[in-house]
Amino acid sequence: MALIQVENVTKIYRFGEHELKVLDNISISIEKGEFVCIMGPSGSGKSTFMNIIGCLDTPTYGKYFLDGVDVSTFGADELAEIRNKKIGFVFQQFNLLSRATALENVELPLIYAGVETKERKERAKNVLSKVGLGDRVNHYPKQLSGGQQQRVAIARALVNNPSIILADEPTGNLDSKSSMEIMEIFKILNDEQGLTTIIVTHEPDIAAFGKRQIRFLDGRIVCDSNICTQERES
Amino acid sequence: MISVSSVINIALRSLIVNKMRTFLAILGIIIGVGAVVTMVAIGTGASSKISQQIASIGSNLILILPGATTQGGIRMGHGTLQTLTMSDAEAIAKECPAVVSVAPVISGTAQVVFGNQNWSTAVMGTTPDMVIVREWEIISGRFITEQDVRSGTKVAVIGQTVAEKLFGDLDPMGKLIRIKKIPFEVIGVLDKKGQTFTGQDQDDIIYVPISTSQRTLFGQVLPGRVRLIYAKAATLESISQATEQIKTLLRQRHRIGPNQEDDFTVMDLTQMLKAAEESTKTMSILLGAIASVSLLVGGIGIMNIMLVSVTERTREIGIRMAVGAKPKDIRMQFLIESLFLTTIGGVVGLLLGIISSLMVSSIMQWPISISVFSALIAFGFSAFVGVFFGFYPAYKASTLNPIEALRYE
Repeated sequence: MALIQVENVTKIYRFGEHELKVLDNISISIEKGEFVCIMGPSGSGKSTFMNIIGCLDTPTYGKYFLDGVDVSTFGADELAEIRNKKIGFVFQQFNLLSRATALENVELPLIYAGVETKERKERAKNVLSKVGLGDRVNHYPKQLSGGQQQRVAIARALVNNPSIILADEPTGNLDSKSSMEIMEIFKILNDEQGLTTIIVTHEPDIAAFGKRQIRFLDGRIVCDSNICTQERES
Repeated sequence: MISVSSVINIALRSLIVNKMRTFLAILGIIIGVGAVVTMVAIGTGASSKISQQIASIGSNLILILPGATTQGGIRMGHGTLQTLTMSDAEAIAKECPAVVSVAPVISGTAQVVFGNQNWSTAVMGTTPDMVIVREWEIISGRFITEQDVRSGTKVAVIGQTVAEKLFGDLDPMGKLIRIKKIPFEVIGVLDKKGQTFTGQDQDDIIYVPISTSQRTLFGQVLPGRVRLIYAKAATLESISQATEQIKTLLRQRHRIGPNQEDDFTVMDLTQMLKAAEESTKTMSILLGAIASVSLLVGGIGIMNIMLVSVTERTREIGIRMAVGAKPKDIRMQFLIESLFLTTIGGVVGLLLGIISSLMVSSIMQWPISISVFSALIAFGFSAFVGVFFGFYPAYKASTLNPIEALRYE
């Protein structure tokens, strides 16, 4: 079975009497080591899809197998544990704790994993050096540039050796130079470590980094590059 | 599983960041705990002072005073008629089963001289049972004996104040003092009792044999009459019984008809003090209750601050949840924060309470009575307030939806 196996997933939000079908019967599988870019206009359901893949949310109907385990019925505690062990998030807003240093931010997932202080600091330092911030460990987020903050966030996503990196518009708040630097990091991680990476973006040049492109519209997948290619070939 | 030290570390850091807010939240608890500790200390101090006085006047003490008489329609005060006699005292001792000891007194104020020192003090002629009735401790020598009373010897047992005023550092034993210019040998020194609740110095006293007092110091117009009689009931419960027995006996002995007023008064000092003790206890409970309200208000303050803190840190909570914090981790973090607030408040409030109790006790001359128990109660209660008022905000934080929390601006 694929690393990510989504079967007939539907997500419905209810606002009183109104129902909003955000995801409409989606099925997709993503193999280990893939680099997927998800595109689509706002409201197309790509963020909801990411939330479900990232175990922040559960589908209303359908099944989601992560690493062969059906997580669509998991409770809050089990989902938290999966997020901690298997998933690394990178957000558009960076989402760093402003009162904590770069090192402390990177340590955060390890605290909840129950890793002891000494090992935690060591691992966090190593990952920060990997993303090129070995000399900035004791800086606070506001002392860092946008690109550097996003690199801290990537280090935080990587520190607990996740199976998947999920990045929701990671370059949305960055200038083009920083954007390219960040995308280079994702590319290297994918090429060298085979880290499964899923990135949401609406910039075509960012999407071009992906080896597979998926396009969302109105809660459905309207184009999957593998399939698109097949269609073109046929 | 997240380690305890990490949770504490996280909680402490967020408290340090918001110093002013943390201080204000703690202030409510400080005032609350401080007020509880002070009020309870004042209350128990007051009642322990009264208990001390009960012990110092002698337990189960009954005072029999000569009655007020009416002369030509004018009612006079206690003791205007000398209606009590030595034989009344003896009869009470013999015929009232609820009374264990009796000591009649013939007393007056006299100038006492030793060497070049002189002092005006109360001189009481009494019987050996006075030691039992008033529960005096003799620190050196002996008290008056039956032999002294029978032969009317000129011996004196002196209180601490008299010893100090006349003898200073000298040993008074065996020395001759002059009471109304008549020489008396000091045969005993009494232990210190301190002041009565009316502020009278109980150690400013000299006891002499009642016979000597009658004959040579305060000769009565009518022989055999006494100023007052002390009696001691067997137990606290038998005081009222003893009082009744004394009344009945004396009415009978004084031939008082059914419609006539007593020509004596029986005062139950212990009962009076017990009542006072009860009312101080009630007062201290009341004071404590009022102070607890301020602790409660402090707790509500903590809850308010914690709710604000949870709302303000919604995004932080979202981030923590995204990287793997379980609801219970979040709950623990906020619970420990509020627990820290209140226990720090509890410790500081306790110190403040101790300081203010010491101040009150030094200003009002009350004995200090900060019990470990009341300190523990105040401390425990503040911790309880932390958990109780911290729980709702912590619960609220733990049930946040991570997606919404991450989007929170």
